[in-house]
Amino acid sequence: MTFRAQHLLGIEHLHPVEITTVLDLADKYAEENKRGIRHKDVLAGLTQINMFFENSTRTQASFELAGMRLGADVMNMSMQASSIKKGETLIDTALTLNAMHPDLLVVRHPHSGAVDLLAQKVNGAVLNAGDGRHEHPTQALLDALTIRRAKGRLHRLSIAICGDIAHSRVARSNIMLLGKMENRIRLIAPPTLMPAGMADLGCEVFDNMEEGLRDVDVVMMLRLQKERMDGGFIPSEREYFHRYGLDAAKLAFAKPDAIVMHPGPMNRGVEIDGNIADDINRSVIQTQVEMGVAVRMAAMDLLAQNLRARRAEREITA
Amino acid sequence: MTQTLFINARLIDPVAQTDNLGALLVEDGLIAKVYEEAEPKVAGAVIVNCAGNCLAPGIVDIGVKVSEPGERHKESFRSAGRAAAAGGVTTIVTRPDTLPAIDTPEILEFVARRATLDAPVRVLPIAALTKGRMGREMTEIGFLKDAGAVAFSDCDRVVTNTKVFSRALTYAKSLDALVIAHVQDPGLSDGAAVTSGKFASLRGLAGVSPMAERMALDRDIALLEMTGARYHADQITTARALPALERAKRNGLKITAGVSVNHLTLNELDVADYRTFYKLKPPLRSEDDRIAVVRAVADGLIDIICSMHTPQDEESKRLPFEEAASGAVGLETLLPAALRLYHAEMISLPRLFAALSLNPSRLLGLPTGRLRAGAPADLVWFDPDAPFVLDRVNLLSKSKNTPFDGARLEGVVLGTWVGGKLVSGDI
Repeated sequence: MTFRAQHLLGIEHLHPVEITTVLDLADKYAEENKRGIRHKDVLAGLTQINMFFENSTRTQASFELAGMRLGADVMNMSMQASSIKKGETLIDTALTLNAMHPDLLVVRHPHSGAVDLLAQKVNGAVLNAGDGRHEHPTQALLDALTIRRAKGRLHRLSIAICGDIAHSRVARSNIMLLGKMENRIRLIAPPTLMPAGMADLGCEVFDNMEEGLRDVDVVMMLRLQKERMDGGFIPSEREYFHRYGLDAAKLAFAKPDAIVMHPGPMNRGVEIDGNIADDINRSVIQTQVEMGVAVRMAAMDLLAQNLRARRAEREITA
Repeated sequence: MTQTLFINARLIDPVAQTDNLGALLVEDGLIAKVYEEAEPKVAGAVIVNCAGNCLAPGIVDIGVKVSEPGERHKESFRSAGRAAAAGGVTTIVTRPDTLPAIDTPEILEFVARRATLDAPVRVLPIAALTKGRMGREMTEIGFLKDAGAVAFSDCDRVVTNTKVFSRALTYAKSLDALVIAHVQDPGLSDGAAVTSGKFASLRGLAGVSPMAERMALDRDIALLEMTGARYHADQITTARALPALERAKRNGLKITAGVSVNHLTLNELDVADYRTFYKLKPPLRSEDDRIAVVRAVADGLIDIICSMHTPQDEESKRLPFEEAASGAVGLETLLPAALRLYHAEMISLPRLFAALSLNPSRLLGLPTGRLRAGAPADLVWFDPDAPFVLDRVNLLSKSKNTPFDGARLEGVVLGTWVGGKLVSGDI
């Protein structure tokens, strides 16, 4: 067994071997998904609850589909509309849910650390589907799988992460994961959107796309998170696009076979030129979505195996 | 006439900066005589044998939040007073950031009455500087001072309007009233839960630059030059603010500074996986800042160590980090936590008690904080080396939000006396 985690709260606490285990299994699921092979037995009898305290379309759909393909009973709870509005605290919500004995809990929350807090209070396995600006582990795993399939390896690559890094949990999880796998990470952002201390994490920091993109193998664009901005981080979207938006001229600084990634949803004409996003020779954005389902299937499969092993052990000792 | 003789005491004298074995005679609530010999003979006196352990002037803690009125479930005068006595704190100087704020003589009288009824230690109130702590109009500083307010402060709210603040300082000066301010630029620190840097970035928490402290201090120093008021910065926690403080003192401004024991003994990494008991105002700083501030206390640049006792119930702490309330209780851990600096050989015991007892007494014009004939017999007897592991459920405070839960500490209070009367300990 090379995946020991009880929850998937972040990349920070995963070992490189655990990451490879998830990716290997996800690779298998990706192939089988293409061929239409289903695995209704893997999560049969288990209940998966998707709790989204923050809006999501694609991540929630991806988790839902992954659970259904593996045979779990899937339930969606839109927490924005529910008891939170009535003043219930996160801990009480967690305890209430725990009493329903869910096996897999997929949680997204607008506050950093909120999913860790919730995980302390429940018995099932918790998957972090994004907490504030902290982590979004399944996104980093699906990005890693996409890179590995496109480049044939996941080490010794030069990877640029560009744009709104300050507000991005995707960037944080990717920095952790790609760093653990021994890649060269270049961060490119206007200084107002670059968090403090990133150079101390072993990243190269740039505020200029032309310099930052030079000879990279992978260009990872981030969404400009307008909804998290209160107080003028950039002068205007058109100036941002001019200086930091990915277009053909800037992409020309990367390696000729560099791939372009974006976690979605895209702001076309803000952080990425529509033509680049749609270029089937460069853009792997659709592949990312496809890998998303496979990676989530793999993560839930592995967590469910651990969950069942823990329960079996408890029965033996009891 | 009752006489108590403390013999075999390791006397910590912050005035003379000495740490010697001796004896001390208390008569009618006052210190009557200090002996250089360990076992003098005084006929008829009750003997307390200190057995070689420390006897120091009781701690004067500036900036204690007692949640009366408004939130008595978090802390009352009774519980805060008992916690103080257990921690060797003989005077608590209470904050006005209650519900409602202590901003009229009537509310101040209520507080004074409750305090004398319930608390076994001395209680001196700070009153709000502006009405409702809203930063718009100054309170009745004169009436409040007559009613017993020892200082004026809006606590963690910065008076952003410099015109209002300069008028309040000018008016306070005419009454020789002390103004205590929180130094944190409000714009820069808006929404921040931790200090910015690598740790904040990793955790995805909104951070404030340590520069926000210096910016606010610089502004206040300019206003002091303008008004000449008596001013105390509640907590100086960053290296960047120290040169400004040093300059202001050298230029003869009436400025002093404090720091909470939390910022002297913990750093930003203690927050770890979003532990909300470490969420403080201002936030915990880098290790470099912590060391710089400890040195500033040892050098005397920072005058006062306080607990910044801020009770919070479980409900306001068991939340996602950014939503959780700030603050930590500290009356009972102030001394053992501060002794960490002594055990780390960064500060001597007499220096420590200058910061804990003597300097706050001087700032407020109190006769306490000294081991001298004629001073009130406010004393703490403690074993500086006795180890223990803190369990927060054993705290006497109603709220248990201590960042030292489970911590290994050294320093146990054996007895606390206020005006010669034993208020904590089995003698």
